[in-house]
Amino acid sequence: MIQTEDSRVTTSHSSLLPPVSEPSMSSHGDPATSFEIVIRPRSGWLSIDWKELLDSRELLWFLIWRDISARYKQTILGGSWAVIQPLMMMIIFTLIFSRVADFPSQGFPYPVFVFAGLIPWTLFSQGFAQAALSLVSQQQLLTKVYFPRIFVPTAAAAVFVIDLIVSLGIYAVILMFYRVVPSWTVVFVPLLVALTFIATLSVGLTLSALTVFYRDFRHVIPFLSQILLYLTFVIYPGSMIRQPLYRWILSLNPMFGIVMAFRSAILGLDWDFPCLAISTAAALAFFLFGVFYFRRTERLFADFA
Amino acid sequence: MSRPSITTDNLGKHYHLGILQQKSLRFGTGFTFRETLSKTFNSGLRLLRGGKLAADHRDSSFWALRNASFEVQRGEVVGLIGRNGAGKSTLLKILSRIVEPTEGIARLHGRVASLLEVGTGFHPELTGRENIYLNGAILGMRKAEIDRKFDEIVAFSEVERFLDTPVKRYSSGMYVRLAFAVAAHLEPEILIIDEVLAVGDHAFQKKCLGKIQDVASSDGRTVLFVSHNMGALAQLCQRGVLLEQGRVTTVGPVRDVIQSYLRSSLDHNTARARFSADPTKPAQFNSAEILHDDGGLASDFSCDETVTIRLCYEVRKPVAETFLTFYLQNLEGTRVLFSDIRDTDPSASERLSVGLHTFEIKVPPRLLASTTYLLTVGSASKYSGVLDHEHNCCEFTLRDLSTQDQSRPGVLGIRLPWEHKLVRAKALLDA
Repeated sequence: MIQTEDSRVTTSHSSLLPPVSEPSMSSHGDPATSFEIVIRPRSGWLSIDWKELLDSRELLWFLIWRDISARYKQTILGGSWAVIQPLMMMIIFTLIFSRVADFPSQGFPYPVFVFAGLIPWTLFSQGFAQAALSLVSQQQLLTKVYFPRIFVPTAAAAVFVIDLIVSLGIYAVILMFYRVVPSWTVVFVPLLVALTFIATLSVGLTLSALTVFYRDFRHVIPFLSQILLYLTFVIYPGSMIRQPLYRWILSLNPMFGIVMAFRSAILGLDWDFPCLAISTAAALAFFLFGVFYFRRTERLFADFA
Repeated sequence: MSRPSITTDNLGKHYHLGILQQKSLRFGTGFTFRETLSKTFNSGLRLLRGGKLAADHRDSSFWALRNASFEVQRGEVVGLIGRNGAGKSTLLKILSRIVEPTEGIARLHGRVASLLEVGTGFHPELTGRENIYLNGAILGMRKAEIDRKFDEIVAFSEVERFLDTPVKRYSSGMYVRLAFAVAAHLEPEILIIDEVLAVGDHAFQKKCLGKIQDVASSDGRTVLFVSHNMGALAQLCQRGVLLEQGRVTTVGPVRDVIQSYLRSSLDHNTARARFSADPTKPAQFNSAEILHDDGGLASDFSCDETVTIRLCYEVRKPVAETFLTFYLQNLEGTRVLFSDIRDTDPSASERLSVGLHTFEIKVPPRLLASTTYLLTVGSASKYSGVLDHEHNCCEFTLRDLSTQDQSRPGVLGIRLPWEHKLVRAKALLDA
């Protein structure tokens, strides 16, 4: 897209840098040789090679399937690990924040309230952490074979979407236990899940690229996760902040608006549209940055992995 | 006139030394974060003042590949030859789009599949069946394609009985067979293979070579093949490319390139080779020498003379079940004579105590053909594998002084008597 530094590309374009190392059809020739790959040094911001991603999309499913299968085969608990974490967090938070500290929970039983926020939060925190570590833990994939690298962190994070679906099932049981009927707006949950996934990738892609070059970034992950947990207001309602301006500033953390919207969608609470709008915009902006930063640095992974 | 399959023009790959070892903050350009910041700041200042931007400083730089230009035509099988560190893997990685070149351009016409390592992406917890799909997908096959070829792949790998066991339970041989079976059924227009045949037993290697030959000869696929096995290269490839210290030095018919390579891998004083001491090795060769009957160093012999090979072996720590071997290789790469110390002395290992040992092996006259030979020595332990290995360290030539004919075919020079009997005193069919 934007051409910042261009010392070695043999052809120069003023506006768009052509996607190099991409198959381009030649004018004539028999079908077998009309597929040409040009390899040359690139620099600066690169565009996304949609054709390549589409052609190799099956690989993405295979990578996701691999991580899920491997997880099931390794443990006795298998897939149940997916839901133990949010369940445990719900129990602990209920005991401490509700029983002991008596946090408000917007008119619903505290476990119902907190679990609604934990569902997207678990996808986000687990997803970005695994995505960030995915590249450095699979070095031979980077150094021995070629395929679109963006599939690796994406697959690592996508595994947790499956977990999320299972947690929704558990949540249905919790709702039945507390005799809470979900609101009709629950139909928006898939949209919110998609938005959460975008937010997850926005952090995950950037961190995964950074971790390849600077190994110490892996230590940022638990730290970042902790801070964001508190800034995302999973444990306490966002309505505790009275001034709208402060809420909007907090919405720059995409998960803030998303978690609030999740609770509103399932429990029928009032929606905070400005917050959701700001969070969506932030999520998309960070995601675009993440994707292009990844593309920009992707070509150097094999040198540093 | 069809376009060449692979064209490279002035390809080069450059690394900054030292910086790759540091685990400090560094930006993709190869400088540390601090340097990047100060560089940006300084260039900004300089721009304001109207000066030029600073040039790239390359003091600690290393060109793994430089000025590599060659062409491979459609349907050719080309062997990439060179010593370790010559740049072969770098070139293959560039052509496989794994690393990016620093300069130059390469054009590939056709789909590319690279086999740089067997079993890339294999997950130990998944079964053989599942790994076939996973590995196939990683290498670029579609699910439909894998479905279609599944039975062939399983048949080739010979692990049918164990298909539904996790691969972590496979023996190393089974693992390699399965991995290669998947890769062997790729159908790209261009196939790039890197030294993967070094693993596996002899039967398996033969099978793999056969399969590569099939792949190359059918449908005019182009194959770029790296191997240290000169015999395999000579058998499979039509042309060869020799890489030395990152540069392409020879391109031509494969036998010529192999000879070039074997000749260049020797030092000047070819009758004696001294090896530097490596204190981390429990035992190693100090030197290898070719001696004449009179005890002096020599590299030219008559084929009626005995060739003595003397090896000095230093043992710092005794290793159990050690055995020493050497082989002689001719210029076509055929290993003509292989000798193991245990052939005549099964308990040799017990006598390899700490200290300096010398071994002398006498090659009888009139055994080997008159040509030039290269000596490779090695020592290994049954349990810990290779201890020391010196490849093509010495050279000597045998000459037939009576006939001066160096072109007589045959690997052996042994003279055999022909027993003659006259069975009938006249011809059956008279003219």
